[in-house]
Amino acid sequence: MTSVATQTQTPALVKGSRAARTTITLKILMAVSGIVFVGFVLTHMYGNLKAFAGHDAFNEYAHHLRTFGEPMLPYEGLLWVIRVGLIAALVVHVGAAYALARRASTARTQKYAVKKNASSSISSRTMRWGGVTILVFLVWHLLNFTIVKINPAGGATNDPYNLLVDTFDLWWMTLIYLLAMVALGLHLHHGTWSALQTLGWTGTAAARKRAKTAGWVLAIVIAGGFSLVPLFVLLGVISK
Amino acid sequence: MAMTDPSGTVPTNKPSVQVSDDAAGYYTPGEPLVDPRTPTGPIATRWTNRKFENRLVNPANRRKLTVIIVGTGLAGGAAAATLGEAGYNVKSFCYQDSPRRAHSIAAQGGINAAKNYKEDGDSVHRLFYDTVKGGDYRSRESNVYRLAEVSANIIDQCVAQGVPFAREYGGLLDNRSFGGVQVSRTFYARGQTGQQLLIGAYQALERQVAAGTVSMYTRHEMLDLITVDGKARGIIARDMVTGAVETHTADVVVIASGGYGNVFYLSTNAMGSNVTAAWRAHRKGALMANPCYTQIHPTCIPVSGDHQSKLTLMSESLRNDGRIWVPKNKEDCDKDPRDIPEEDRDYYLERIYPSFGNLVPRDIASRQAKNVCDEGRGVGPMVGDFRRGVYLDFSDAIARLGKKGIEAKYDNLFDMYERITGENPYEVPMRIYPAVHYVMGGLWVDYDLQSNVPGLFVSGEANFSDHGANRLGASALMQGLADGYFVLPNTIREYLADGPFEAIGDDHPDVVAARESVQGRIDRFLAINGERSADSYHKELGNLMWEYCGMERTAEGLRKAIDGIRELKRDFWSNLKVLGTADSLNQSLEKAGRVADFLELGELMCIDALNRRESCGGHFRAESQTEDGEALRIDEEFAYVAAWEFTPAVENDPNEPQGSMGTPVLHKEDLLYTAIEMKQRSYK
Amino acid sequence: MKLTLKIWRQADAQARGEMRTYQLDGVSEDMSFLEMLDVLNEQLNASGEEPVAFDSDCREGICGTCGLMINGQAHGPEVTTTCQLHMRTFSDGDEITIEPWRADAFPVVKDLIVDRGAFDRIIQQGGFISANTGSAPEANSVPVPRDKALRSFNMATCIGCGACVAACPNGSASLFMGAKITHLGELPQGQPERDTRVVNMVAQHDHEGFGGCTNIGECTAACPKEIPLDVISQLNKDLRTALKHGH
Ligand SMILES: Cc1cc2nc3c(=O)[nH]c(=O)nc-3n(C[C@H](O)[C@H](O)[C@H](O)COP(=O)(O)OP(=O)(O)OC[C@H]3O[C@@H](n4cnc5c(N)ncnc54)[C@H](O)[C@@H]3O)c2cc1C
Ligand code: HEM
Ligand code: HEM
Ligand code: SF4
Ligand code: F3S
Ligand code: FES
Repeated sequence: MTSVATQTQTPALVKGSRAARTTITLKILMAVSGIVFVGFVLTHMYGNLKAFAGHDAFNEYAHHLRTFGEPMLPYEGLLWVIRVGLIAALVVHVGAAYALARRASTARTQKYAVKKNASSSISSRTMRWGGVTILVFLVWHLLNFTIVKINPAGGATNDPYNLLVDTFDLWWMTLIYLLAMVALGLHLHHGTWSALQTLGWTGTAAARKRAKTAGWVLAIVIAGGFSLVPLFVLLGVISK
Repeated sequence: MAMTDPSGTVPTNKPSVQVSDDAAGYYTPGEPLVDPRTPTGPIATRWTNRKFENRLVNPANRRKLTVIIVGTGLAGGAAAATLGEAGYNVKSFCYQDSPRRAHSIAAQGGINAAKNYKEDGDSVHRLFYDTVKGGDYRSRESNVYRLAEVSANIIDQCVAQGVPFAREYGGLLDNRSFGGVQVSRTFYARGQTGQQLLIGAYQALERQVAAGTVSMYTRHEMLDLITVDGKARGIIARDMVTGAVETHTADVVVIASGGYGNVFYLSTNAMGSNVTAAWRAHRKGALMANPCYTQIHPTCIPVSGDHQSKLTLMSESLRNDGRIWVPKNKEDCDKDPRDIPEEDRDYYLERIYPSFGNLVPRDIASRQAKNVCDEGRGVGPMVGDFRRGVYLDFSDAIARLGKKGIEAKYDNLFDMYERITGENPYEVPMRIYPAVHYVMGGLWVDYDLQSNVPGLFVSGEANFSDHGANRLGASALMQGLADGYFVLPNTIREYLADGPFEAIGDDHPDVVAARESVQGRIDRFLAINGERSADSYHKELGNLMWEYCGMERTAEGLRKAIDGIRELKRDFWSNLKVLGTADSLNQSLEKAGRVADFLELGELMCIDALNRRESCGGHFRAESQTEDGEALRIDEEFAYVAAWEFTPAVENDPNEPQGSMGTPVLHKEDLLYTAIEMKQRSYK
Repeated sequence: MKLTLKIWRQADAQARGEMRTYQLDGVSEDMSFLEMLDVLNEQLNASGEEPVAFDSDCREGICGTCGLMINGQAHGPEVTTTCQLHMRTFSDGDEITIEPWRADAFPVVKDLIVDRGAFDRIIQQGGFISANTGSAPEANSVPVPRDKALRSFNMATCIGCGACVAACPNGSASLFMGAKITHLGELPQGQPERDTRVVNMVAQHDHEGFGGCTNIGECTAACPKEIPLDVISQLNKDLRTALKHGH
């Protein structure tokens, strides 16, 4: 039976779909790696607070990290386990973030002339730039404290505690770190809630509220906790 | 029910003999009409037997049979899904951008089914009886019985599809009593029953689209029926995006295009609801039955001004607690209602019908509202020369149940009212006014839902079959789904068993003629280049229809309306203005086509109303009333279906490319009852 | 009242569109937003300019046909559909910018009309329960706990309008999908196809070019049916479960 119908051309239906190839899987990867980061920054932040206990306690802690598990593990064994985990998480997190961001940018190529935000937070809208900020910060941070150990004040670099104090004695270094902490706080504020939602643990209004509260708490505790050391160094409370 | 005949052979009534002839000169009497497929035997066995008698189609052959279904509402969507599942090659059409948006989605109240879950004495027979009686004995008993019979299957089917009906604490289905019926048989999904049922059918349909059995044509409007050798063989449809005029041929065509209440311009129908599909079929020979039967709903939000584009229904349940009144004195009509003392208020329904009060049936509530407004005692803004509204006052109920109690029951409705009117009904009485809501008339079909044009089936609101002169609440959804899921798939196979029919090429002269006439009409609309928009004609037609062919009709008024419509039609074809082009999306052009068909339908409705000199169902013929002013039905003269045949005009309006409408021919189908006895109703 | 309207005009899918400015007088506050556009269209028709094409059907907030971006908000400043927005929300002298839904998966057809066929195709991929006509068991043979029935119903109220996509900074249709997943997933009847449903629907969603959700929440704020964000959580959870089950 013939007809001259010109049925509107429509994108075909996808065949053989796999759960692993969906955007939601990307999101789940992002959430899991994000949570790994959260775990890390939380302990890291706690470790940093040892700076308040003075030179020896802090260095002791740094040393302990490296010798932990010896002789079962080689020197820096645990640290390398953590590092490998973090590097993997970073690759996944940044990779997924990039893929999703690209997708979103092609989902709406013609922008609105006027667009209002009704309920989104600053943090949710700045995740991508915030993430890039953290990434840039991280590069500097590692150069500063681990990989190259640059002492911006020009002093010695073989003593972790002293390097820390030297660094934050410079007001502009402290400022850079504090700005990075703002970015981290924002990232965590939305990221925490977002990860819980992505993992499907926010099925009710109450759970949603809890997840948002968790975002606030983590953001304040972590970004705040990190900020204490640089601030107190600058104020001279922590000193060599 | 003692005098009914269980063997189903001896009628309880005699064929009617019409004495009056108000419409003389407006129509030509035709041959009496008999439903060739009318079933016989005891009423409870008729449908079972018919399903058995109808031939089967070999599953291997089904793929070779093409079924066109116009409409994706409950009737069309359910049929397309079911026939697709059965393996036919289905082509489904709708004018919206998605089949999910058909107007069935707007139904609020619920759907009836004889499940007897409440053990309150309901049964198939009782649902049957209530529905025939509700239709004022103007429907076919066999059809209605079948409707009641399959009603229970509908609920099963919908639940299996995931329709989230209201449930009780135990997890079983809840139901309620609706529209004054004494048993609880109405299943509902909050105030969105139609939406949920339609989404169920839509999902089943989309599943078949994915399976490849149904091809979906959205934003396609059927503009003509293709008939070859007297049989329906396809449709001409316009792709509303590209403007392409397309030919779709098939072995059988189903029209499920919904109701034509929009002929009144203002109605509760969707903006796009139209009569075009049905009317084009009518022009191709399909009979139009009881076109003047419209249902008017009493609780709609009143018109607020000339800009109004449609009316919004509010659930009738509001009448359970609200009291309806207007001021006794015209002078009070523009006062703040809260300042009008009790003794100056006229609770007219409670006054005239003390036993039913505010809960009188739809048609009575509607007509009395119009009466008091016509007397000049309406309230709300002046629209034209009248205030069209009456108060529905909840202050007593609020005093009795507290604001909380009212909120619990009617919160949604109150919010909707406030959104539309800007008035808070907790503080100021609501205003309501009747509005056209449903049409019982439609294309004539036999028991198998086939029209008199072989191969053309009609289902849902587009046909005339099951509701008689007045539809009960919750019965249209039932009919749509009964037709779509259960009736049509079982009756259409009898016709298809003779197929596949010889293929028809796009160059067949009848196909070419149909395509050219559609094209000619489109070109004409664009070429007139006059002064007025199609919408302005529609509005004017609507005013005439509402005034003269609405709730209360008189012979004199109807004649005036017919003259007015003819005049309007002439002006339309010479003074219309449609901008844009034919080969693009053009909403003015779409509108023009619909209005052109409404103009012809409107005239036929008035002629039908003029002929029917009785008050029945929702309509009050002023010439037919009892001594105390109540509706008087005249069974001896009018217990028949008025089926109208289209006739081209002898004298053509040269502006009309397809030829004008001439004097229609009236065929009467007698309504004979064996399982039920006719009774006059009384609500005093 | 008197208004200045800035409206997106685009002749067809291929054409380049532009914002055009119109003045409209005599708008009554009782008009709905679409009735206001009707009045504009009558005026345009009379003056010989082609009327503005926009979609609507039921005009009572239930069919989901209408949908305009009004001053940067999907369906305008109130939590309702465009057809149920009334002019009393605006004031005399206002300037109103009207644009179509913007998403590459919803291409503009003409002026303010977009093609939302992608939603239908997402449903085709599993937004249903396979129950052929006639195969249904007695309705009350499967009781559904009332709270589940209620949640199912609440999510089934989605009207497929697309405002969630229009409002989402990522152009994601997660709220729409989540609503359907939750509607069917809460019911016992919906269980057999639960895993494949979510996988296939999300795969189609991605294929259509919608963005991924980053839990921003603009969608739920724009949704006229107030579909909550839990449905996206549910969607994610169902996908995670399907992943675990090896789909
Ligand atoms: C506000 C409202 C509330 C209601 N409440 C109830 C209730 O509580 N209970 C009840 O039982 N009934 C109710 N009804 C009545 C009931 O909803 C309808 O009668 C019924 O849904 C009609 O279904 P249908 O499938 O016949 O047509 P529709 O659902 O109207 O579908 C018509 C279809 O035909 C298509 N179409 C039309 N013309 C063309 C054309 N020319 N070309 C291509 N396609 C075309 C449309 O696109 C659409 O898909 C209500 C009606 C309204 C308006
Ligand atoms: C290294 C550079 C980083 C980049 C480029 C980056 C980028 C992103 C981006 C683009 C998102 C998605 C936005 C969204 O989902 O709303 C995201 C989410 C997230 N990020 Fe990061 N981020 C980085 C580091 C971190 C760190 C250090 C942490 C934790 C301390 C973190 C925790 C999270 C969390 C929890 C989420 C939410 C995951 C989800 O949405 O499911 N990220 N990140
Ligand atoms: C003010 C805030 C911070 C301070 C003062 C700080 C301080 C330090 C110091 C002193 C070290 C070296 C420890 C050692 O070698 O034993 C270190 C390592 C590191 N920090 Fe931070 N840090 C801060 C914030 C962050 C943040 C926000 C991140 C992550 C986003 C981060 C990630 C790391 C990493 C990855 C290492 C390297 C660990 C390793 O040796 O592998 N730090 N930081
Ligand atoms: S989820 Fe809400 S906004 Fe999105 S399509 Fe459904 S009703 Fe519209
Ligand atoms: S706004 Fe978009 S990012 Fe997700 S939560 Fe809503 S879909
Ligand atoms: S037109 Fe139906 S929802 Fe607005």
